Amino acid sequence: MPITRDEVAHLARLSRIALTDAELDYLAPQLDQIITAVAQVQEVAAEGIPPTSHATGLTNVFRDDEPRPCLTPEEALSQAPATELQRFKVPRILGEEE
Amino acid sequence: MATELTRMTAAELSAALTAKDVSATEVTQAHLDRIAAVDGDVHAFLHVATDSALEQARQIDNKRSNGETLSPLAGVPVAVKDVFTTTGMPTTCGSRILEGWHPPYDATITRRLKRAGAIILGKTNMDEFAMGSSTENSAYGVTHNPWDLNKIPGGSSGGSAAAVAAYEAPLSIGTDTGGSIRQPASVCGIVGTKPTYGGSSRYGVVAFASSLDTPGPFGRTVLDAAMLHEVMSGHDPMDSTSIDAPVPPVVAAAREADVSGMRIGVVTELSGEGYQNGVLARFGEAVELLESLGAKVTEVSCPHFKYALPAYYLIAPSECSSNLARFDAMRYGLRVGDDGTRDAEEVMALTREQGFGAEVKRRIILGTYALSSGYYDAYYGKAQQVRTLIIRDFDAAFSQVDVLVSPSTPTTAFAIGERADDPMAMYLADLCTIPSDLAGNAAISVPCGLADENLLPVGLQVMAPALADDRLYRVAAAAEAAFTGRWGHPLLAEAKGL
Repeated sequence: MPITRDEVAHLARLSRIALTDAELDYLAPQLDQIITAVAQVQEVAAEGIPPTSHATGLTNVFRDDEPRPCLTPEEALSQAPATELQRFKVPRILGEEE
Repeated sequence: MATELTRMTAAELSAALTAKDVSATEVTQAHLDRIAAVDGDVHAFLHVATDSALEQARQIDNKRSNGETLSPLAGVPVAVKDVFTTTGMPTTCGSRILEGWHPPYDATITRRLKRAGAIILGKTNMDEFAMGSSTENSAYGVTHNPWDLNKIPGGSSGGSAAAVAAYEAPLSIGTDTGGSIRQPASVCGIVGTKPTYGGSSRYGVVAFASSLDTPGPFGRTVLDAAMLHEVMSGHDPMDSTSIDAPVPPVVAAAREADVSGMRIGVVTELSGEGYQNGVLARFGEAVELLESLGAKVTEVSCPHFKYALPAYYLIAPSECSSNLARFDAMRYGLRVGDDGTRDAEEVMALTREQGFGAEVKRRIILGTYALSSGYYDAYYGKAQQVRTLIIRDFDAAFSQVDVLVSPSTPTTAFAIGERADDPMAMYLADLCTIPSDLAGNAAISVPCGLADENLLPVGLQVMAPALADDRLYRVAAAAEAAFTGRWGHPLLAEAKGL
């Protein structure tokens, strides 16, 4: 049993997903099964093998820092759930006591 | 005439449009009519852009009557997977969290299609955020396989594949992260290509796993796919992983369709247990056919391919857990529970709970686990080393042969619902396609017949080194020509009720 229901609940909190109890019951055994299967990579003798994070071999790709057209404030805010004074309006980010 | 227009290939439409035998408006209207007639059953589209498609067509017709020289795809309709941003149309990625989102900018590929005069018919259904192999993970209902409406169309680009198979569009675009173009192409009996990673721009493609996501074309013929491949590809300064190299000569290769003297390797590890008999039978015949056309066939072993699936299901979820953190309910998309009593983090967690489906949650949690301190080396780190070993397997193989071949998928289309509650069974659909994604090289799926058990399509996968995408088209076009000659018609003509 590589992963428990409590660990899944903890990971969901870290991932900012408010899972319901019913979902935890459903997802935890599935994740346990998936993690058991993917743990197969640990069988591979890979000592000294460098990791690959992407396959192109490109590093530090830059383009010239030149001014060019971009979204207007109206366009950038056009899809926001809430706006105020040409800004994104968000719920409070600090608790009462902070 | 209207039915006839939807049966024509993109190459045929291009020729008829250039010769002014038909107008872009007529072609577009015929496809819109076809969508209206069959999409109630197939559900390939999430959004049909009737007005803008007809407006685009009118502009093309005007330009042509003014004598302007136009691109070969000018006036040819194309359907776009709902993961590409498109101004003037919604982009949902098959997710509730983006319901009603109208992106303020076009993806580079959307822009290139428009510039080439391709008519954008609308947005196609997909597994939510491209995570899945059946299109059942869409929040907006499942797409049905045009060969058998009770079967899955594959995924995640299932809507794009089904639209082309059902003659709703001659061409479509999708994205391939673990097989999301080749697997649906295979099970829908059409052609689909995963270009070399970095060969087609990711700018404006909503990210799933950034080191793997590769946009590519679908068509009913190899030449059609090549024509779209050429138009959508090429260096893009807006994507820092885009390769600054010329687009391989894919259209010329598709026209040449010559495999004489080519060295073709059959991958030992991509067959055997877990593969449907009818798939192996058709694949075996395809290999014999290529040999009869003058190719030199050998068997090649890629010993680490058996670890490709587990490595992929660590790497892709890890990247997704990071990429999908952007859906935070603050700047765009769904926001749930913002009633003044909850703080931002609570609103974020409630929004993501209600906005994401089960598969997306599974993968975010799995990725968060694989990246967490204490597990990183054993899971994500190890998977990245396996990725290196798979690349080395490919390098060794391509030192002996020009291309590799395998079945595109272990089985033909399965029933809707059959694997919905068994994630590991679903993941196996990508068994043959994942190695090329991990290595970033190029691969295509081309129809090679029907499985005897169920008369559903089987795909032949051809894999080529990075930036040798033209070899895919050379081999696939040769196989297509020989098969079509043997069958007396394209495979899709066998589909009942189309």
